[in-house]
Amino acid sequence: MATYGSNDLRVGVKIILNGDPYTVVESDFVKPGKGQAFTRARVRNLKTGRTIEQTFKSTETHEGADVEDRDMEYLYTDGENWTFMDSATFEQLEAGATAMADTVKWLKGNEKCIVTLWNGVPLQVTAPNFAELKITQTDPGVRGDTATGGTKPATLETGAVVKVPLYMEEGEILKIDTRTGEYVSRVKA
Amino acid sequence: MNLTALHERASLNHQVRVFFAERDVLEVETPALSQAGNTDPFIDSFSVNTPHGLRYLHTSPEYPMKRLLVAGAGDIYQLCKVWRRDESGTRHNPEFSLLEWYRLGFSWQQLMQEVAELLHTLIPHLAKPPRFCSYRELFLETLRLDPHLATEAELSACARAHGINLSGVMPAQSWRDLLLTHCIEPHFPTDQLTFVYHYPASQSALAKVTNVDGQTAAERFEVYLGALELGNGYQEQTDSAQNRLILVQDAQTRGDDIPVDERFLAALEQGLPECAGVALGVDRILMCRMQVNDLKQVIAFPWEVA
Repeated sequence: MATYGSNDLRVGVKIILNGDPYTVVESDFVKPGKGQAFTRARVRNLKTGRTIEQTFKSTETHEGADVEDRDMEYLYTDGENWTFMDSATFEQLEAGATAMADTVKWLKGNEKCIVTLWNGVPLQVTAPNFAELKITQTDPGVRGDTATGGTKPATLETGAVVKVPLYMEEGEILKIDTRTGEYVSRVKA
Repeated sequence: MNLTALHERASLNHQVRVFFAERDVLEVETPALSQAGNTDPFIDSFSVNTPHGLRYLHTSPEYPMKRLLVAGAGDIYQLCKVWRRDESGTRHNPEFSLLEWYRLGFSWQQLMQEVAELLHTLIPHLAKPPRFCSYRELFLETLRLDPHLATEAELSACARAHGINLSGVMPAQSWRDLLLTHCIEPHFPTDQLTFVYHYPASQSALAKVTNVDGQTAAERFEVYLGALELGNGYQEQTDSAQNRLILVQDAQTRGDDIPVDERFLAALEQGLPECAGVALGVDRILMCRMQVNDLKQVIAFPWEVA
């Protein structure tokens, strides 16, 4: 695996830090006129999603993290593992609940996801930015109320609970932004 | 590319030349490619293969300008491109413009005044007069730590207490550099120049060293606008043996990868006149003048697209 000098820690570079894979979110070169140079960076832990500030000496080297993003199709789950397939090679991989995290809320089957692999093992699964899902349970709609902007909770076919406008009914399909979990629009059946 | 920046740079260079012409300071040129490089442990030179052996692109024109001072050139300045390897970021470009000048018979305090006058000319929106703080005062006020007395352990503990994550071991001076850049510089006011002086003696480079309140300190200053460092000035060390000692020590710290500039040291043995000298980063001054926050906005073709 590649090693990086501190000066090579540009945005998007992935390195191992304290045993975990991190991606560089922000970095700048800091140097007093006559002194030690530093790279001051914000790095995100790819396992936990937490972002921290970290300063590196310019002379340090860092082990690159063997992390790759693969476009894969979600096939099915047995409740413990979620199976994905590379549509080009038909290779299948299983992701556990930790890697899936909240992403399970948006998946029915056949979605094109991004599976982030670390040393070949799924680390994180990112759902498509938008999901179209049916409402399975919500309180009766308030007819004609399209102006007040009020919302109510609705349970979707995947089990996710989202806030929807008051006029939405059970059985309707809606579009959700999976990055924020917010209602975008109603989808005409 | 920012066309306004081209005009601002041209007019800034013109103002610089008028400023020094009025003061009878002579504009000079010295070689950019030299047989010896800069031995400073924290500055890396580019080297170039030539038919006459390896040459180094200068990181500042300090050595040849001092040779001119020894030769009797009098007050001199130079506006030139310099190169420093591996310095790249929002405030660094490996190739940049430097304005360096030397004033015979000046004290470093007089030179600070002249630097302030020039910078107020080049950055007209500076409303307030400059402030002057010693290195020690800044550490005491901001971190409640005496930089001259604090141990490596105390300095690193202070950095950690201020939320700085850095793994590994560093000498005390590097921890001071870290605290200065991460905890102190960000508090510098953005509407007036800050002069920092009396650096720890280990930071003297080729400046004279003096005794302040029982501590040895370098007669060296740095000038900032906000957290942006604009320049670095010295009461120049005229003792040739001391100059040799610093260069040889630095070269050893580096692992002797750069030959010591023997022509420079030989010239100093003839006697460098008492003087003060300073170098300012022209591109950074332009950033302040145009009130932009990335060096790329003032350079026609930054490193990545050069």
